[in-house]
Amino acid sequence: MPEMHKAMHAGAVSRIEPVAVDSPLTGFRTLLYKEVLRFWKVGFQTVAAPVLNALLFLLIFSHVLDRHVTVYGDVPYARFLVPGLVMMSVLQNAFANSSSSLIQSKITGNIIFVLLPPLSYREFYAAYVIASTLRGLFVGMGVLLVSVPFVGLSIANPLWVLAFGVMGGAILGSFGVIAGIWADKFDQLAAFQNFFIMPLTMLSGVFYSIHSLPQRWQDLSHFNPFFFMIDGFRYGFFGQSDTSPWLSLAVVSVCFVFLAALALAMLARGYKLRS
Amino acid sequence: MTIPAIRVRGVTKQYGTLRALGGVDLEIAQGEFFGLLGPNGAGKTTLISALAGLVRPDGGSLEIMGHDVVGDYRNARRNLGVVPQELVFDPFFSVRELLRIQSGYFGIRSNDDWIDEILASLDLTHKAGANMRTLSGGMKRRVLVAQALVHRPPVIVLDEPTAGVDVELRQGLWQFVRKLNRDGHTIVLTTHYLEEAETLCGRIAMLKAGKVVALDTTENLLRRFATHSLRVSVDQIELALALGGVAVEDDWVEFGFDSYGEVEALLARLRESGAGLREMQLGEPDLERVFVEVMHRA
Repeated sequence: MPEMHKAMHAGAVSRIEPVAVDSPLTGFRTLLYKEVLRFWKVGFQTVAAPVLNALLFLLIFSHVLDRHVTVYGDVPYARFLVPGLVMMSVLQNAFANSSSSLIQSKITGNIIFVLLPPLSYREFYAAYVIASTLRGLFVGMGVLLVSVPFVGLSIANPLWVLAFGVMGGAILGSFGVIAGIWADKFDQLAAFQNFFIMPLTMLSGVFYSIHSLPQRWQDLSHFNPFFFMIDGFRYGFFGQSDTSPWLSLAVVSVCFVFLAALALAMLARGYKLRS
Repeated sequence: MTIPAIRVRGVTKQYGTLRALGGVDLEIAQGEFFGLLGPNGAGKTTLISALAGLVRPDGGSLEIMGHDVVGDYRNARRNLGVVPQELVFDPFFSVRELLRIQSGYFGIRSNDDWIDEILASLDLTHKAGANMRTLSGGMKRRVLVAQALVHRPPVIVLDEPTAGVDVELRQGLWQFVRKLNRDGHTIVLTTHYLEEAETLCGRIAMLKAGKVVALDTTENLLRRFATHSLRVSVDQIELALALGGVAVEDDWVEFGFDSYGEVEALLARLRESGAGLREMQLGEPDLERVFVEVMHRA
């Protein structure tokens, strides 16, 4: 070891001050920016790939069914399908964003860089959920844009589209936060995705109107919150839906409040983050 | 009265049946270079994690620069920089992006001047645009130090920062940390390299099974616990052991003594015993002896 001198020991010291805070919101804004940048940097995987998936669904299903099926009276099947595919993409990608970001950070250990700074649990939650919603909406917009050449575009009520798009993204973003915090391994998260998110999405009326189902299945669909997200979203496009958009909005709002409260409670306790 | 950099009062933490911290009391003054030593599982990392807010203690309180780490966590964390033990990084970003993001987390938007200064001090300027994945282990370790410093915290905790680090980086890192200490930063260091702690730290606490078992200046610890040593290589080891020596390796035996005046008598007894002296070495008191002695007594 080279010659070293004993460091100072509690003598007279110059007072060091931390760098001044620019704005109380800077921490939250930075975490949001980082989460958006994280998925944007791998946009082929996080945005382009799900858009391509949805486009393949559209091409295959519309080719097979478009001439045989109409919905809501005279709406061609391909046009009916598009809002469902858009919303399915919003939901799945919003969930994937927060859940994969958190589990990766936990497993690699770099979650520490978010836990050491003076961020509150509310800021933590809001940044992850807003970033997830934005990714969901980006992908949803992408699906909508690539669908236009095939089915055209008509939106009866853009406010409903926006409301359900944002709420759906926020709900699945919150769910992703819960799953990402709870899961300890990637396969636990995959189980969430494959045995919960995927079935509920597929059975929510993405590919069909629930009026085409037997009564028992129609009744069961009303216990699936994903049905209300997609049905309300579809109302924004066609001005008609399987159930009242106000009922859908109420169900979706209750779901959001419940999941947000659960995620916030987990974060406030530091569940699996701060031992 | 000056506020202490760190104040720990009666902190306890239990994981199931394992007592990680069993009532730790500690006060570290501003400007100190403080060593936190102990065997694996002694509670060093748990104590650091409690200071950083990563672990919630079951009882007691912790303050950083007078700010409670739970009740006033924003100010406590603004005053603390932690270099974690594990070599963790975010693979999505370059070094500069990471440091800007880390600054932002601490509420600082325009921090490039200070970031440039840190990068230069840690010899990272030429790697500022490199993605973290492309850096060597030593470079990643330096980035961890840089991340802990972006908000210029008065108190810096380094949790075994030189584990697995080559000699050149270790020397460079200590030069930089000593400069930070001279500038007024309080440094808290945990390390298994006791020679480093002895050279750098003005005061040392030793933990065992979640309790502080020794706390004093390095000089006092060396004076109180360590003795000088005489190591001899002999032809007949049994005869040297019979004089009260301790076998250390092969045909070497070690004797402890308090003052050099005892050496002459010890050598005379060895000669009389007929052990056959071949070589001998004198040893100064060192922290390793103190550590072993303290852990043995506790």
